[in-house]
Amino acid sequence: MTACPILNVQRLTKTYSTGAGELTVLKDISFVLPQSATCSILGPSGSGKTTLLGLCAGLDRPTSGSVLLNGIALGEAGEDERARIRNEHVGFVFQNFQLIPTLTALENVTVPMELRGDRTARALGLDLLRRVGLAERVDHYPAQLSGGEQQRVALARAFINRPKILFADEPTGNLDAETSGAVTEIMLELNRRAGTALVLVTHDPDVAGLTEKTIRLRNGESV
Amino acid sequence: MANPYERLRSGMISSFVWKMAWRDSRSSRRRLLLFSISITLGIAALVGIESFRHSLSQAIDDQARSLIGADLVVESTRPFRPEDEALLHSLGEPQAREVRFSSMAVFPRSDSTRLVHVRALGGEFPFYGAMETVPAPAARDFRAGGRALVEESLLLQFHAQVGDPIKIGDLEFTIAGALTKMPGEASAAGSFAPRVYIPLQNLAETNLLKTGSIAHYRDYVKFAEGTDVGQRIEILAPQVQRLGLEYDTVAKRKRDLGSALENLYRFLNLVGFVSLLLGAVGVASAIQAHLQQKTRTGAILRCLGMSSHGTVLVYLLQTAAMGLVGATTGAVLGVAMQSVFPRILKTFLPLAIPTTIAWEPIIRGVSIGFAICILFALPPLLRFRRLSPLRVFRAEVDVETSATRRDPVLWLVYALIVAGVTGFAISQAETVTRGLIFAAALGVAVGIFAGVAKLLIAGVRKFFPHGWSFVLRQGLANLYRPNNRTLLLTLSLGLGTFLLLNLYLSREVLLAQFQSVGAKNQANIFLFDIQPDQKTGVTEIVRSAGMPVIQEAPIVTMRLLEIKGRKTVDILADPKRKIPEWELQREYRCTYREELSDTEKITEGRWIGRVDYHPGDTVPISLDGEIAKDFSAKIGDELIFDVQGVPIKTTIASLRTVDWKRFQTNFFVLFPAGVLESAPTFNVLVSRVQTPADSAKLQNAVVAKYPNVSAIDLTSVIQTVDSILDKVALVIRVMSLFTVGAGIIVLTSTIWSGRYQRLQESILLRTLGASRAQIWKILCAEYFLLGLFASATGIILAVVSSWALAKFVFKLSYAPSPWPVLVTAASVSLLTVVVGLIASRGVASRPPLEILRAEAE
Repeated sequence: MTACPILNVQRLTKTYSTGAGELTVLKDISFVLPQSATCSILGPSGSGKTTLLGLCAGLDRPTSGSVLLNGIALGEAGEDERARIRNEHVGFVFQNFQLIPTLTALENVTVPMELRGDRTARALGLDLLRRVGLAERVDHYPAQLSGGEQQRVALARAFINRPKILFADEPTGNLDAETSGAVTEIMLELNRRAGTALVLVTHDPDVAGLTEKTIRLRNGESV
Repeated sequence: MANPYERLRSGMISSFVWKMAWRDSRSSRRRLLLFSISITLGIAALVGIESFRHSLSQAIDDQARSLIGADLVVESTRPFRPEDEALLHSLGEPQAREVRFSSMAVFPRSDSTRLVHVRALGGEFPFYGAMETVPAPAARDFRAGGRALVEESLLLQFHAQVGDPIKIGDLEFTIAGALTKMPGEASAAGSFAPRVYIPLQNLAETNLLKTGSIAHYRDYVKFAEGTDVGQRIEILAPQVQRLGLEYDTVAKRKRDLGSALENLYRFLNLVGFVSLLLGAVGVASAIQAHLQQKTRTGAILRCLGMSSHGTVLVYLLQTAAMGLVGATTGAVLGVAMQSVFPRILKTFLPLAIPTTIAWEPIIRGVSIGFAICILFALPPLLRFRRLSPLRVFRAEVDVETSATRRDPVLWLVYALIVAGVTGFAISQAETVTRGLIFAAALGVAVGIFAGVAKLLIAGVRKFFPHGWSFVLRQGLANLYRPNNRTLLLTLSLGLGTFLLLNLYLSREVLLAQFQSVGAKNQANIFLFDIQPDQKTGVTEIVRSAGMPVIQEAPIVTMRLLEIKGRKTVDILADPKRKIPEWELQREYRCTYREELSDTEKITEGRWIGRVDYHPGDTVPISLDGEIAKDFSAKIGDELIFDVQGVPIKTTIASLRTVDWKRFQTNFFVLFPAGVLESAPTFNVLVSRVQTPADSAKLQNAVVAKYPNVSAIDLTSVIQTVDSILDKVALVIRVMSLFTVGAGIIVLTSTIWSGRYQRLQESILLRTLGASRAQIWKILCAEYFLLGLFASATGIILAVVSSWALAKFVFKLSYAPSPWPVLVTAASVSLLTVVVGLIASRGVASRPPLEILRAEAE
């Protein structure tokens, strides 16, 4: 029996109303991503990469088309239902790390599990931080960490809930080449080990080349 | 594993909201604490006032009997007649008698005179409470005879001491002691005419009470222990009233005192509530600024799966903690402060107030403060629930404003806020209508402040001074940049400015009234109680002292017997009567003349200056228009007066307006010449003195020859009025300081909340080449202009409202001096600059690189 794809996007379109009229940032995008697969969304600035990622992750609603995340139709779910789905199935890594500044590294990592009331959060968080090489920094605040360290904390946070899919928006955009390589390697390693599908937004063809599938976007359309 | 959202309903998920609220507050606890102090002063005012009210109620209950010093007081404006004595005798023992009247006291040592209130006392009064004197035994000793107790302030004024002589009428007494307190009387009672107690047995020797002299005769009664006083009074009251006497009881005094104080509490509570509201507006603004800095955190939490309600709950918990801290601190401060009110109200309170801690005011104050804080914080919190998780990608993704406008929950919260404020106002007002008026006036005042502030800002933008220097232009432009707090700061500073300046200007209007009266050759001294055979002599003394006789008037005392065919005793007994009691019971002092004076103007009917009177004739009189309105009387209606035992029928021939503000003799009832010439009369003479020395010389000369003649000098009236207004103003000023204090706290916390934005601007400017001095100048310019705008708004409103008070309430002319306005504008602007610069410490000196690295907070 074939498992359902982790992501099934059909004729996805997103249009915004602006003062100057309607603006279509995504037009008719369709693709399917099997479980545990890796995929990159490649395109120049303003091509709609982040918008596509946001729709796939359930952060926004499409104007038309559908997104099925692990078989769940995101378009039919309300805002809080989509939040629940994100908590259960999705991990995020952002270009600007997006750590909560008033939480320590460990507290940042455990947020997704604590939201579910899971009491094993602390132990698992410590283990993940050890695995990303930050065992000595668990009680440090983001302001006390370098960019690479913050991104590793973000990675640990993204994986703590054992998500089915990881969305990464230009995760190495603010890092130097060496750190970028290390972060990318961690993401791919975790994909191999845990079977987490990976959707990676990038403008770097070399990074895109590391994934199994590449979706190229230009002016909101798949090319 | 159980469905996580079922676990959401259990305590395990909600514990994360608590944890998140605590953790997230780490970097902002000091700021949140500062925000919470915004409501502290308002709550302190409410708790302080309520606690004081509780203590005072308790004191009144505990010391009730000492409010009048007896169980019953019966009073008359004429000596008790045999039928009066019969009734009084039936009341049992012990009793005490007192005769009260105004007269001149002479201090022979310093050769000075003063109008005093003489009380000739016989018996053991007060039966409850104590007469307090220095030395203490004087309260008992003076009753033996030949000695007097003198108001403490009078001894100080004339440098007199115990053992010195004081002359009352023809008799010289030795001062036995200084009177410091009488039961049931506030020390303010002695302001106009200080009290002097002499033994009743010495009264006749003073030769002061002559025919027509104005005096009050009192009988104090103490009932036997266990007597049901209320029941006895119920039986006695009709008999007392039938005899034309007045009476006072503990219950009546408690009611009167309670009613007078109730108005005071309500006023103070409303002023306290204004400062609480100001603080709450400050909290709302602070929460909004706080949430603006938490949008990224909120968006991250939403991305990670937190519900919108969960996100709002985190910050609601922080707000609640803030509210609790502020409310509790306010309650503690209020309890400590309740001891301040007895001290500042001392001269107006007739009892000692022990300070106690009452829990009800504390719980009530904390609850109100907490509820207000949450209510006002709800609108920005409710908007926060629409935070999109897309903000993790783009900061410009914002809340859908149209959805916000349509949000029914938000409108419900606004309605709750309005209902809450109105409800509180109604609870403090005498009637629902007045409460609604206050709430509406508050809304209008806030609207006016906001409108004027917006107008000023619009004016600045339209007529922007492009020719000014960069720092001034930058400071000015900062007033209307995005996320500015100009409106809030204008409201908070402007409201305090308005309250204090309005108070000052209104007081000046009242005082100016008296000061202008003494100018321009108008009368400024009254000599009264002049007997007919003394008239020529007194006039001669005045003229030989070089002073003019501006007016002379004979005064005949009489009582009102009937109005339009109905007896006044029947009208008094009617529970539905609309005529005030004092107009029915008072002793009318009337005069007769052929001409009207320049303070009078006929408004209806015809003035008749002389009649050829025969006993039994109906006399055409002229009545004051306001009294006529109270009597519902018109031209042609009949009134019957009892002129010292002789009934005289009168008809209203004309109605007059009287300028009561003028310092000369004015009368409710005016008789024509030809009727009262043979009635028992005393005279009043009105003159003008140029200097206080002339006034003292004249008074000494008159009293030396005619000890029964009394004098009222306008200068001493102005001084007394000034001192009373000062004391009243102090109370209002103390309460207004709560509003000013709340305004300063809101100013500080608001400036502090914008600190990060200022920091970023400063770093950018310094990166582009601005010096630290330039940054400071920009900040100074911004705060100075802000203070100027705020004070301008408050000043405009204060001038308009004090003008309205002068014109429509006091009915006085209005010509304020520009100095208070200029001083206010300068002070508020300077204060804003000082507070603003303190709150912006470090903005100009943090290294830019440090900020570029730091996480935004």
